[in-house]
Amino acid sequence: MNYVAFRMLVGDPTKYLGLIFAVAFSTFLLQNQTSIFANLLKRAGNQIRDVTDADIWVMAPKTDYFDQTRPLKETDLLRVRSVDGVDFAVRLFKGLPIARSPTGQFAASTVMGLDEATLAGAPRNMVMGDWRDLLKPDSVVIDEAGYLLLFPGEPLRINRTIELNDNQVTIVGISDALPAFTAFPIIHARYSEAVSFQGRQRQQLSFVIARGKPGTTPEALARKIEAETNLKALTTAEFQDASVSYILNNTGIPINFGITIFVSTLVGLVVTAQTFYLFTVENLKQFGALKAIGVTNMRLIGMVTAQAVLVWFIGTAFGSALSAAFFNFSLSQIPTRHFIFFWQSAVGVAAFMLIVIIASSSFGLTKVIRLQPADVFR
Amino acid sequence: MNAVECTSINKSFGTGNTKVNVLRGVDFTAAEGEMTFLVGPSGCGKTTLISIIAGLLRADDGGIALFGKTIADLSPGKQILFRRENLGFVFQQYNLLPSLTAAENAAIPLLAAGMNRSKAVKKATEVLGTLGLGDRATSAPRLLSGGQQQRVALARALVHEPRLIICDEPTAALDHKSGENVMELLASSAMQADRAVLVVTHDSRIFHFADRIAHMDDGVITHASDSESAISAH
Repeated sequence: MNYVAFRMLVGDPTKYLGLIFAVAFSTFLLQNQTSIFANLLKRAGNQIRDVTDADIWVMAPKTDYFDQTRPLKETDLLRVRSVDGVDFAVRLFKGLPIARSPTGQFAASTVMGLDEATLAGAPRNMVMGDWRDLLKPDSVVIDEAGYLLLFPGEPLRINRTIELNDNQVTIVGISDALPAFTAFPIIHARYSEAVSFQGRQRQQLSFVIARGKPGTTPEALARKIEAETNLKALTTAEFQDASVSYILNNTGIPINFGITIFVSTLVGLVVTAQTFYLFTVENLKQFGALKAIGVTNMRLIGMVTAQAVLVWFIGTAFGSALSAAFFNFSLSQIPTRHFIFFWQSAVGVAAFMLIVIIASSSFGLTKVIRLQPADVFR
Repeated sequence: MNAVECTSINKSFGTGNTKVNVLRGVDFTAAEGEMTFLVGPSGCGKTTLISIIAGLLRADDGGIALFGKTIADLSPGKQILFRRENLGFVFQQYNLLPSLTAAENAAIPLLAAGMNRSKAVKKATEVLGTLGLGDRATSAPRLLSGGQQQRVALARALVHEPRLIICDEPTAALDHKSGENVMELLASSAMQADRAVLVVTHDSRIFHFADRIAHMDDGVITHASDSESAISAH
């Protein structure tokens, strides 16, 4: 009888395609919005994630997230180094100077000042050039998106000069740094040069980044540093989570996306549920004839469920394929670079759509089950 | 042996002031090897009676036996199984599934019984052949005339070789010639010594096919007659 169910489903191409479209459209909309939202939040922690040389971040107490820092004292570096279990700890500076190209293009930028000796925190994914060239005087590495912002429409080329708050520097490399939430160009330089771009302040040290000796866990060491220095110490993962939480709690982005996702869910639910419910109800007469002939309620439930699962499978597959195509395209675009299609979004939305379709077919099924087969004689 | 034996069947719908007694102590029999017609004015209870005989409705009280088996004694699941194996239906509006071919429609009782699809369709195609529709087996119902659609419905009623075929106004939607054709096929295909056909109809033009005609009015069987006297009375 599953064959009969299948033929009933595809027998009217307009209704069938309408069902598939409703499911595919809803799936695409939900997967798209949830994944974009998750990608945006992920950006809040991208610059933390990009520093692969350390797994502990030490910062001033009350620091909430990456872009909100208060300088530490130079002696704080030594205090962190003195904590038992710390293998190494180095400076990391973060400043926001204005970058300007020779043609006059300018943009606020995020400059990361790296430890002079180790260059810990330097970008490891390079599009062009070598990050070790940061050891040369007045040299910087800029991310690809930042380069294209300052040199729009021009090919990537190293050894070009830009100004950072009136300091002329040479681009020795172009990195594929993960995009920041602020979308500013991301520039890496040596610590001593980065602080001079920013202008002198009484204290300049933004972060101390550290790594534990073998046998210590980052979590335990971070708690130990906090206890011994009265500074805030977080693991890389904890700092990323804190930065994401800050965006969630202090910006309108979650509300904005929340409304969009809610409306998408509502539209998807209503369109899909109503279409499938009507499909079942419009076939009531046929189901009645089948009941009279001797098809059991259980068999009819199986038939409607088979129809629902098939519509879900095809519709979700189309919707997911559209989402995958969208994110594949967005990966190649500078503003949406590194935007990925989260598998959690794909699986979660697919599961949600299955629930919607099963629920809507269940509403129709109650009519089928209550249907008196004698009605076919009327 | 009687194919159908109904004793003192009562059935009402609604409650209180809206209660309508549709069947009032109906006694009715249909013998094996005979085509029995159930005739009467609209609203007299014919459809309710055949629905109860078919096990699609439950009588308020009274007894029903089909081929000597008391249907009320069977569990709901067994009743469905009994209906599937022993009863065939021909509806006034054909009730064919528009998305299936003629052969697939005719094969539904076999598919419902769990038969393999290709075997079921093959057997249904054979039955369609005996009804003169062998060349239309793969046609969709919408491409068939009313008479052809009713013949497909007839094939569906016959394909699993049931012992009792219940027809509800089988010629109501057909012209005279098509109606005659359908009834001839019904008589030649369905009538065997151990089988019975029960036809509900208003159509006096087909009364001559009946072996016996039960007249019903206001919820009771008023009298029974043979086809000749029924035709002359009309």
